[in-house]
Amino acid sequence: MDINFIILKFVYAAIVVSVIMGLCSYAVLAERKISSWIQGRVGPNRTSLPLIGSIPVLGPFLTRLGVFQPIPDGLKFLFKEDVVPGHVNKFYFIMAPVISLVPALTTVVVVPFGRIVTDAGEVVPLVLANVNVGLLFLFAISSLSVYGIVLAGWSSNSKYPFLGGIRASAQMISYELAMGVSILPILMWVNNPGLEGTMNLFDIAQAQNGFWFAMWMPLSAIIFLVCLFAETNRLPFDMAESETELVSGFHTEYSSFKFGLFFVGEYAHMVIGSCVFTLLFLGSWNPLPFVTIDMLGWGAGYIGAALSVAIFLGKMCGLMFFFMWIRWTLPRFRYDQVMKLGWKILLPLSIANLIAYVFIIYYLDTSL
Amino acid sequence: MSIVIKRKPLNFLERIYLPEIARGLATTFRRLWGKPVTLEYPEQRPTIPEGYRGVPTLVKDPEGREKCVSCQLCEFVCPPKAIRIKPGAISEDSEFAHVEKGPQEFDIDMLRCIYCGLCQEVCPEEAIWLQNDYSLSGYSRSEMVNDKEKLYELGGTLPDLHFKWKKKQEAAAKGSGH
Repeated sequence: MDINFIILKFVYAAIVVSVIMGLCSYAVLAERKISSWIQGRVGPNRTSLPLIGSIPVLGPFLTRLGVFQPIPDGLKFLFKEDVVPGHVNKFYFIMAPVISLVPALTTVVVVPFGRIVTDAGEVVPLVLANVNVGLLFLFAISSLSVYGIVLAGWSSNSKYPFLGGIRASAQMISYELAMGVSILPILMWVNNPGLEGTMNLFDIAQAQNGFWFAMWMPLSAIIFLVCLFAETNRLPFDMAESETELVSGFHTEYSSFKFGLFFVGEYAHMVIGSCVFTLLFLGSWNPLPFVTIDMLGWGAGYIGAALSVAIFLGKMCGLMFFFMWIRWTLPRFRYDQVMKLGWKILLPLSIANLIAYVFIIYYLDTSL
Repeated sequence: MSIVIKRKPLNFLERIYLPEIARGLATTFRRLWGKPVTLEYPEQRPTIPEGYRGVPTLVKDPEGREKCVSCQLCEFVCPPKAIRIKPGAISEDSEFAHVEKGPQEFDIDMLRCIYCGLCQEVCPEEAIWLQNDYSLSGYSRSEMVNDKEKLYELGGTLPDLHFKWKKKQEAAAKGSGH
């Protein structure tokens, strides 16, 4: 492993992380705009940049669209007063936002976001680390982020964050079970007997050249999606925050940049969650079911690679839109309803789904 | 008496929740393309209804006479004591010398004013009117006190139905009291 290789990996990592951060900041803008459109409002429409804002038609249009809004939003997080209340446990209070953001950014490492055909005709994923246990790694790391929320709730040493932390931990642990069980049918289907076993996300993505998994495992997809909402703490499952009852939940005591880390962490989780759902269920970079880029004849070289990335990001953005769309459609569940849904409905349903697919896959593998 | 509202029992499709979520999503999706109802304030202003109580002002009648005769009823009735009047005499050589009195100073402290409209209601001369302006701002407390000049500038001229003092003058010229 020579030094160039390591530097190249660093550069790739920097690019991917900055793209994710950019996506996060524009996801915040998209959230604000979509919220306001659904509610019959206008949304952020004032922020303008000196030069671009004064271009005749384009400038006012972009300003009205709020395109420059993420810049002051980000600056605000940096320059506001950073209050650390006297009653908190300082060490864990400062550590909590870091712990909640780092797992989200770490999981990016194993998520393939496109594919490229090499000169040798081999299809290679565009990914930072093509790990064979990709999916397992992803679940292991992303479940760590609950520690950030629990720590924030606990170290804040006041009642609302504490309640938020408790709720978040209960919820995330309960939904992780159903989430894990719901993807087992996919792994069974991808790992044909006689082949080398894999949990590689790229292999799972490439297995969807025909049917997308959302089409022939719809129940898995729905359970996974519901759990994804719960895991990312999005409405209707934002028990941890639930601003109408708990002020702001686990980050009540946080301000300025520390709050910004939580905020970005939430959106980073959304981005990664959407990526994973696209990879597992929505056929990743295949434009349509049964149609791959290679079949259309555009799959070769860098153009094919760019096209695959574009399709993947497009699907991911669609899913992000779905996240925001759901937010203004469904009211928040009550805490006991969340627990009931998780333990009494989703978990048994996912197990039944697993058993059903065990028989279906067994039948398909043996008789066909 | 208690009223029992009968709820229709949910059917199977409603109980599995997902079709209903889809219906809700359709509703919000339609709203997504709806026209915003926002009034973009500084550029667009609301239409002010008839009888709106905005900033209190002093008005002149169409002949250009200051209608206020500094009777100080408004000063007396003003609940937050926002009005301060210093009465004065109208000079002998004025066109309106027969009115005799007018305000020498007239201050309304807009930091105290509660826009109740009692001054307008109590005024026997219809000299003080609450008009349409509702958005006031200033950099200091003294800037927020409207003096006489400012009040007339805000008030302008309003039509007069009576020309009370003119009639009085004409009646006096004929020799009758009224």
